[in-house]
Amino acid sequence: MIRLEHIHRIFPVGREEVHALREVSLHIARGEYVSIMGPSGSGKSTLLNLIGLLDRPTSGTYFLDGEDVTGLSDQQQAQVRREKIGFVFQFFHLVPRLSAAENVELPMVLAGVAPTDRAPAVSRLLEEVGISRRALHRPDQLSGGERQRVAIARAMVMQPAVILADEPTGNLDQTTGKEVIHLLEELNGKGMALLLVSHDPELAGRARRHVSMVDGRIQSDTGANA
Amino acid sequence: MRLRDVGRFAWRSLTGASTRTLLMMAAMSIGVAAVVVLTSLGEGARRYVRHQFTSLGTNLIVVFPGRAETAGGFSSVVIGRTPHDLTLEDALALRRIRGVQRVTPLNVGSDEVSWMERRREVAILGSTAELLEVHSMKLAQGKFLPEEDPRRATPVCVIGATVRQELFGARSALGEWVRIGDRRFRVVGVLAQQGQSLGLDIDEVVVIPVASAQQLFNLPSLLRILVETRSREEMAAARREVRRILRERHDGEDDVTVVTQDAVLATFDRILVALTLALAGIATISLGVAGILIMNVMLIAVSQRTTEIGLLKAIGASPAQIRLLFFAEAALLSAVGGLVGSVLGQLGSFTIRQVYPVLPAFPPPWAVAAAVATAVTTGILFSLMPAQRAARLEPALALSRR
Repeated sequence: MIRLEHIHRIFPVGREEVHALREVSLHIARGEYVSIMGPSGSGKSTLLNLIGLLDRPTSGTYFLDGEDVTGLSDQQQAQVRREKIGFVFQFFHLVPRLSAAENVELPMVLAGVAPTDRAPAVSRLLEEVGISRRALHRPDQLSGGERQRVAIARAMVMQPAVILADEPTGNLDQTTGKEVIHLLEELNGKGMALLLVSHDPELAGRARRHVSMVDGRIQSDTGANA
Repeated sequence: MRLRDVGRFAWRSLTGASTRTLLMMAAMSIGVAAVVVLTSLGEGARRYVRHQFTSLGTNLIVVFPGRAETAGGFSSVVIGRTPHDLTLEDALALRRIRGVQRVTPLNVGSDEVSWMERRREVAILGSTAELLEVHSMKLAQGKFLPEEDPRRATPVCVIGATVRQELFGARSALGEWVRIGDRRFRVVGVLAQQGQSLGLDIDEVVVIPVASAQQLFNLPSLLRILVETRSREEMAAARREVRRILRERHDGEDDVTVVTQDAVLATFDRILVALTLALAGIATISLGVAGILIMNVMLIAVSQRTTEIGLLKAIGASPAQIRLLFFAEAALLSAVGGLVGSVLGQLGSFTIRQVYPVLPAFPPPWAVAAAVATAVTTGILFSLMPAQRAARLEPALALSRR
């Protein structure tokens, strides 16, 4: 489903250039559970941003569902993100003035889904992540774990093919972090691909496939079939 | 994205940051209110002047000697045209025109009037009995000039309220003889206090028969002839007749100027409309300033909401959608600000009307509409740059910040 071929990403920093990704090729199939590990600065977040179409590679090609998405316009990329990719962030990134339900609804609002179709999807998802009782609360009235559940529900609402989670437990205590991971794994069990970036080996070890990165290169890949 | 959702999202952003929103709205509404109040002042002045004129009687045709025209530098020398004076006979001839109700000649001079030891320099109006009606004067005591042949120089006079006060004090003026220049006149009437009317202080004049004035000033001509028609509808025809008769009497020469009250009024109207426009223009500058403030605050908002914009992009908002959201915010803000401002402006002009009842300060509808339209336009125009900046934001960068 996701195929990266010879991806390079170079950031200009002052007069120098930082090679964030070098010659990265990766193939991820539908429904896989992959963890990406590595020390900070190893390029794992850059890789996730590229896969999420939040960033463009300097060179190389990215195929999503067989389609070359590297050359798409901003407008087209936004549509791909909307329909195929769900994000979960370390800092949740909920819109503070909107209620939990409205935050979950947001991707559908942007996609122009009719209000009558939005409401059932939102309440079903809030049920699924276990916070339907807090639907009308604003983010500042929710605990960290609850916030991340809202964020996960939001990532799910457009029924994407893959969820990209960047340190989803990085801001949570141990127990809540576990609960959140269980929730994500549950969704993966229903056929959604899950890409997890973490520097926590215990957490990363739970995935079926481990990709570890050093210095912008893929150092090891337990499921390397690409 | 649905329009209703765009509006709702923008509304939530505005209400979410109330201080910022209130600030921008205050700037906008003050700008709009300034336009409304200032134009209402201009409009008030226009209505005030119009009222002054109409109180004088609108069916008035004023004739004065000489042709108001621009000729070549030497025309009068070369052609040798000397305008005929307006005479009393001219005025009498105009009485025969159909539709004319009153005709009164007018001479104005200045001379010393004295009684006993008191003397005072005053404006002398030489006219006829009809002047009372034509010029809407009011009598306090006695009678006005006698209705008689205007060629008779009867030695009577009617004095203004201030003149009476200055010369006679508490004593009765009626029947007394005053001296004007080298002649004596008997006071037959006193005018009521009525103040200024078209640049002439009626309280400070002495009115004498026109023939007396001609003798007094040794001047056979008239300053002007006032013709009042029975109705507005008869003005145009009467005006043509006045011209025709005077041309005939002046050996076929068109050497008088005939002005209708309407024409004078129209001139003042134009001047005051220009004044109102100028005021509106000045006030519009404050709207521009408000627009720049909106731009500033929106730019701050964009950098404050960097993460939010990044997030919106991550969950599938296109650059166009981000632009639209910021647009909608600015449009909504300036529309609400404009409405609040026009209400404030209306309140302001209401207050002016309460404080100065003589000034009918009603803002013209076009000014209110234009002010609100300008507010919305500047709001949207000045949100272009911030919206563009927001749309261009790198989502990956935006999200990496806390």
